[in-house]
Amino acid sequence: MLSTVFKSVRLASTGSRALARPFAARSLATEAVVSHMPEEMDAPFTVTLPAEAFETYMLDLPSYELTTSKAELIQMYKDMVTVRRMETAADALYKAKKIRGFHLSIGEEAIAVGIEHAITPDDQVITAYRCHGFAYMRGASVKKILAELMGRSEGVSFGKGGSMHIFAPNFFGGNGIVGAQVPVGAGLAFAKHYLGLPHTTFALYGDGAANQGQVFEAYNMAKLWKLPCVFACENNKYGMGTSAARSSALTEYHKRGQYIPGLKVDGMDVLACKLASSFAREYTTTGNGPLVMEYSTYRYGGHSMSDPGTTYRTREEIQRMRSTHDPVTGLRDRLTSWGVISEEELKAVDKEIRAYVEKEVAEAEASPPPEASPDVLFQDVYIKGTEIPVLRGRIPDENYTFEK
Amino acid sequence: MASIAAAKRLLVKRSFSSSPIAPAAKSVNSGASRMMLRKNPIPIVGQRAAMRMVDLGARSASTSGGTTPLTVRDALNQAMAEEMERDETVFLMGEEVAQYNGAYKISRGLLDKFGDKRVVDTPITEAGFTGLCVGAALAGLKPICEFMTFNFAMQAIDQIINSGAKTFYMSGGTQPCNVTFRGPNGAAAGVAAQHSQDYSAWYGSIPGLKVVSPYSAEDAKGLLKASIRDPNVTIFLENEIMYGESFDVSEEVLSPDFVIPIGKAKIERAGTDVTLVSHSRNVEFCLQAAESLAKENISAEVINLRSIKPMDVPAIVKSVKKTNRLVSVDSGYPAFGFGSEICAQIMETEAFDYLDAPVERVTGAEVPTPYAAELETFAFPVPEVIIKAAKKTLYLPY
Repeated sequence: MLSTVFKSVRLASTGSRALARPFAARSLATEAVVSHMPEEMDAPFTVTLPAEAFETYMLDLPSYELTTSKAELIQMYKDMVTVRRMETAADALYKAKKIRGFHLSIGEEAIAVGIEHAITPDDQVITAYRCHGFAYMRGASVKKILAELMGRSEGVSFGKGGSMHIFAPNFFGGNGIVGAQVPVGAGLAFAKHYLGLPHTTFALYGDGAANQGQVFEAYNMAKLWKLPCVFACENNKYGMGTSAARSSALTEYHKRGQYIPGLKVDGMDVLACKLASSFAREYTTTGNGPLVMEYSTYRYGGHSMSDPGTTYRTREEIQRMRSTHDPVTGLRDRLTSWGVISEEELKAVDKEIRAYVEKEVAEAEASPPPEASPDVLFQDVYIKGTEIPVLRGRIPDENYTFEK
Repeated sequence: MASIAAAKRLLVKRSFSSSPIAPAAKSVNSGASRMMLRKNPIPIVGQRAAMRMVDLGARSASTSGGTTPLTVRDALNQAMAEEMERDETVFLMGEEVAQYNGAYKISRGLLDKFGDKRVVDTPITEAGFTGLCVGAALAGLKPICEFMTFNFAMQAIDQIINSGAKTFYMSGGTQPCNVTFRGPNGAAAGVAAQHSQDYSAWYGSIPGLKVVSPYSAEDAKGLLKASIRDPNVTIFLENEIMYGESFDVSEEVLSPDFVIPIGKAKIERAGTDVTLVSHSRNVEFCLQAAESLAKENISAEVINLRSIKPMDVPAIVKSVKKTNRLVSVDSGYPAFGFGSEICAQIMETEAFDYLDAPVERVTGAEVPTPYAAELETFAFPVPEVIIKAAKKTLYLPY
């Protein structure tokens, strides 16, 4: 039980951190200051985030203060742990040859969680193929996501799409062509603008995709027409095996919008992610047009399951990021040192989530694959009731006719 | 000689080609333009159509039989205006569609009528605005995305196919995408290789797309309305040279409820000796060929397919069972093309047993379209070649 009502906690600066908190091996370059720690779970308090967590371009960030509550912080922790556990379970299933292939987001959890906690269900999100965390945060269950990965009929897309084509309400995937999701995201924003609705769209892409011409085409139209769109680059430093420095003449991705203001944020700090995303939402839905963001992050795994991830970077680099910048550990440390939740309660939360994910994995594994029948194969090529009369099979005998 | 006179008329018209407003060569009468096409097999410059637009006031209001002349351009314009009137989520986006009134004036007047929220000029960024239209459709709007020509759509083809056509299937039926891509397809006249390709076969091969190819004004209106209403991703292939052509249409066609179902071919001319199957502008050449063949007592049936995907194969089969001979006519490249598909479909059906001769394909020539008019004529079907093909199926000298 947390006894103190008024408690001011200051994380020591880098130099003396090791002395102040011997159990914390990580050294965060940022330090966050909490206004006070209330008793009640839902009572608001303020976290002042360090200025170093943000960089702006043609923009003023009005405030570094994030209003949150103990309940929200714990929920954010739970969300990140669930995403990580889900991705880890997927990794294990791949090694057991139950999943054919996908792209994991371990290390990048703070972005999906930070964004979701900053937006409403009516806002829209679209990303590329590193999409499982976003799908979960937007409402798809762990079971349905894993079932889709395993190609089962209870998957989000009924086994028809796979890892890269997972959707949820106001989450438009899950897209396999690098960069193509960005103009599509601008189109989602266009629809909100057309309908006069006060919602924003986060169109996410990686450092590799940031060089695509169509991204700049989308920037141009969004700025011209003042579309409520946040163009958000998840810079995890590598486009497959090519480092950002080797692919991009300018690696400050938040400046790539040139005539569009930009905001860069520490993507390993979920609270900074939430603050930045809230600002982005506010900015783009109040008539300012688009914003370009950069979430500076890191992936521990390779590009995809078939990439060991060590041929183009050192193990030391991966290890260093894991031990000093991990988003889950980072929040965990804050929760305990701020007195939001005790270690024992945290352990219980971890255990509960582990059990939950294991249960979801088991249910997903137990679910059947789609029926290997023409009815299923040819379904959804067209909207039901509007199909063309015949779709050809492998030989004419396997042609499928739609009865009207 | 008639052909020199025709060539002179062509030269005169070409000199106006750079001027957007030019004196009309003659007043437009409902039948006159079609008669002129029939007599003159030389491809007609597209600008003639633009000139005719200026002269609309001289058009006769009605002809006998309760029909009205309607150009393909006006048919398309009416279709879009009616669908935008009927459904507020329908909007038009493309290069020069708004203030310029359309590169080919297809969207003339729409900006004035509906405003700039619903008729949107884009920058010259096909990949970007095509993806944007797909996104808008995924979010529930019904975009009409105009390509100035489908040649430029190659820059955007990933968005059309990967983001558009395949998404409903990949999402297990949860992400519908109602978008209509339209614009001129195939050759114009004298626009050379990068502006003359026919994409029917490319789009026709993609499951998830519907591909529509109108010939007449009636087709243009009814099928464009059907395409906009159709909830799938639809490719609507127009033809620049057909824009100015005028057809007599019935009262029904002019009604805002006139819709032609996608996938039903039309028998433009009934016949008994040989079937000519085609789509878009080549239907006109087939009709001209049929007229010539009739003078030699050969009765040709002309099928206007109206759509590439779905293709009305049963209509072709029914006709072949009657005539026993088939010629397909299209302007695309021959390899892996429309004609190839027709041959394959016929082989796979009972029509094969009714053939008295192999199917003849008349196609575009396998060259990037040349510029010089004399060479360009050799690159695309004309009635003479269609007549030759028909006679081949009849084992007659040609």
